[in-house]
Amino acid sequence: MTATVTTDSSTEKSDRVTSRGTGGARRRLPRIPDRIRQGGLPYLLLLPAVLLELLVHVIPMIIGIVMSFRELTQFYINNWGGAPWSGFDNYKIAVDVNAPIGEALLHSFFVTCVFTFFAVGLAWLFGVAAAIMLQENFRGRGFLRAIFLVPYALPVYAAVITWAFMFQRDNGLVNHVLHDQLGLTDQPSFWLIGDNSIYALIVVSVWKGWPFAFLIVMAGLQNIPRELYEASAIDGAGIWQQIRKITLPALRPVNQVLVLVLFLWTFNDFNTPYVLFGKAAPESADLISIHIYQSSFVTWNFGTGSAMSVLLLLFLLVVTAAYLLITSRGRKGADA
Amino acid sequence: MRTIRAAAAVTLAISIAAGVTGCGGGSSAKGGSNDSPKTLTYWASNQGPSIEADKKILTPELKKFEEQTGIKVKLEVVPWADLLNRILAATTSGQGPDVLNIGNTWSASLQATGALLPWDKANFDAIGGRDRFVDSAVASAGAEGKDPSAVPLYSLAYALYYNKKSFADAGISKPPATWDELVADGKKLSKDGKWGLGAEGANLSNNIHQTFVLGQQHGADFFDSAGKPTFTSDGAVAAVKQYIDFMAKDKIIAPGNAEYAQNQSLTDFAKGKTAMVLWQAAASTFAAQGMKPEDWGAAPVPVGSGTPGTGKSTNSMVAGINMAVFKNTKNIDGAKKFVKFMTSDAEQKLLNKTYGSIPPVKTAQADAAFSAPDLKVLRDTLATSAAPLPQVPNESQFETAVGTAVKELWADAAAGRPVTTESVKARLEKAQQTMQQ
Repeated sequence: MTATVTTDSSTEKSDRVTSRGTGGARRRLPRIPDRIRQGGLPYLLLLPAVLLELLVHVIPMIIGIVMSFRELTQFYINNWGGAPWSGFDNYKIAVDVNAPIGEALLHSFFVTCVFTFFAVGLAWLFGVAAAIMLQENFRGRGFLRAIFLVPYALPVYAAVITWAFMFQRDNGLVNHVLHDQLGLTDQPSFWLIGDNSIYALIVVSVWKGWPFAFLIVMAGLQNIPRELYEASAIDGAGIWQQIRKITLPALRPVNQVLVLVLFLWTFNDFNTPYVLFGKAAPESADLISIHIYQSSFVTWNFGTGSAMSVLLLLFLLVVTAAYLLITSRGRKGADA
Repeated sequence: MRTIRAAAAVTLAISIAAGVTGCGGGSSAKGGSNDSPKTLTYWASNQGPSIEADKKILTPELKKFEEQTGIKVKLEVVPWADLLNRILAATTSGQGPDVLNIGNTWSASLQATGALLPWDKANFDAIGGRDRFVDSAVASAGAEGKDPSAVPLYSLAYALYYNKKSFADAGISKPPATWDELVADGKKLSKDGKWGLGAEGANLSNNIHQTFVLGQQHGADFFDSAGKPTFTSDGAVAAVKQYIDFMAKDKIIAPGNAEYAQNQSLTDFAKGKTAMVLWQAAASTFAAQGMKPEDWGAAPVPVGSGTPGTGKSTNSMVAGINMAVFKNTKNIDGAKKFVKFMTSDAEQKLLNKTYGSIPPVKTAQADAAFSAPDLKVLRDTLATSAAPLPQVPNESQFETAVGTAVKELWADAAAGRPVTTESVKARLEKAQQTMQQ
């Protein structure tokens, strides 16, 4: 319902804008039929964007879906339109958890869920905490704001490869600090292979992701009237009460979008694990994006890889829809 | 308003044009044409210390070719890590270069795509004949019984490189010839923070190269005659276990080597931290790391017993780079001329000398420049005791599946977890089950 109302009102609005605009242009362009002038021009102007969107997103997606129903291996990639249809075979292989391919996909799905939970949770937490801490004006705030955004500004490849060097067992900075200087471990740990890999991945992901949360929350904070804090302070509210009762509720719409975006980016993150671990990630950090890449481009089973991609797309669509539904209900409740 | 309408029209036209040009692909051209006879695009694999170095080496040669034929070659040096993906993308879209380098272990996989020009008798005759090339190099350019999918360009083989000073300090007079000797020497060398042997545990290809050779020595091929994977055969399991045991049981490889994938084992060797390394043509890398030629020696890779030869005495895979032509090239004659130029005696001598590899062209190989002791080892290995990796269409899956299994076993060994025949077999079993075709 909400969506319908929004669409209608926006259409009305754009119609009004259009009529004003075309009203002024009537004398100069008498040949444009009224029908187009009044209703069609916005659509005509949108057409290039729609075509490009089709080209960049929709058509590849449709091709991907078609591929998932074909037996597409190296024997057919030179003429992939001629690959034999395989029905739901690729999907059966992908979801058969009793066979190694399905079992490995399920494993990577769980790894990705755990990774996303911690990476998004911590990035959000650090971003919000930093934004709130920098809310008050103080000497050096500008400098700190700039410094905090550095991870966001750095090229992903350069940043992650630096982390890979730091995580090296024998010569890396991480073990130098944890083992040599602080003596926290009995012996230098492996971070890029074995069970610790997931921790390394989460650390890099959080480092890379929290400045975005910081930026968005900082923008959100600008919209909270200072009077609310002043009034609550007069009423005796402490800083924690202000955060709980004023800041977080006011940030709610911002946070809803922020968490959704961070979730989608993190769940699909390919660059971080690929640069950190190469094309064969350790089992403990075998994210689904790398797993699908490996199925498609490393083992050349493009059909199975496409089926896995479609399943991932469906999962993310369902989660996103459920999230939007729940948060919009919550918002309606709050508005009421 | 007129401006808006014009802008909309232009944008629309661009969108449609982009749509038309962007939707090409799935080409199935039968054998090239000569529609564009004056230019060629060449994807060279990164052979030298850097992409810039490769450009510097190749550009004057391409100029020579242009002067001779009037054909301008557009060069792109592609890093190894990207090359296979780039080739796959080019194969799928039909928008690739005219001539390209491929790793010879990918030959059969890429041959199966049907995108590369097959080198039948006529095509070989156009570049001077098949007989000009060393047999083992041609054998590694495609599946047995089929016309090769590429022409050998640079040949490589594995050797055992050893640090002369470390050996002298440990009282070892000559490099090991058998694995037992290597382990015994390695134990003498592994002390005071130094180690006997280096490995690249997280490098999937290197894992495959080493375990394939050990597999040959244990009588295992990893594929049967019908092309079906046999990763869990007793010989294959024993080969993989023997390799991991250098770290897990014999303790002659540093645990940190389990995460190496960027040639760190060569750096360790150059710094004197490890005394031996199994590598292909490492001379230029050692020189770049400050080692003098007299600091190191090269010997044939050890075998189980006796001397290197064929079958159970195989001590290297046939490594190397081949030159392929995309079937849908618009300059088929020019592409063949370019392959002929790059495989000519003069260019073979020059390029292989620069890259420290061995020419796969017999007449060039006989040149004195390839008689240095280390190159002689590589040359003899190629001629007498090297075997090509399985030339099956799913070779690249094999590299990934078994290479990853070995990587995980290295991680187990490095973490001190037991590596047993059962655990090796279980990893290989899993690898085999992921092979779909």
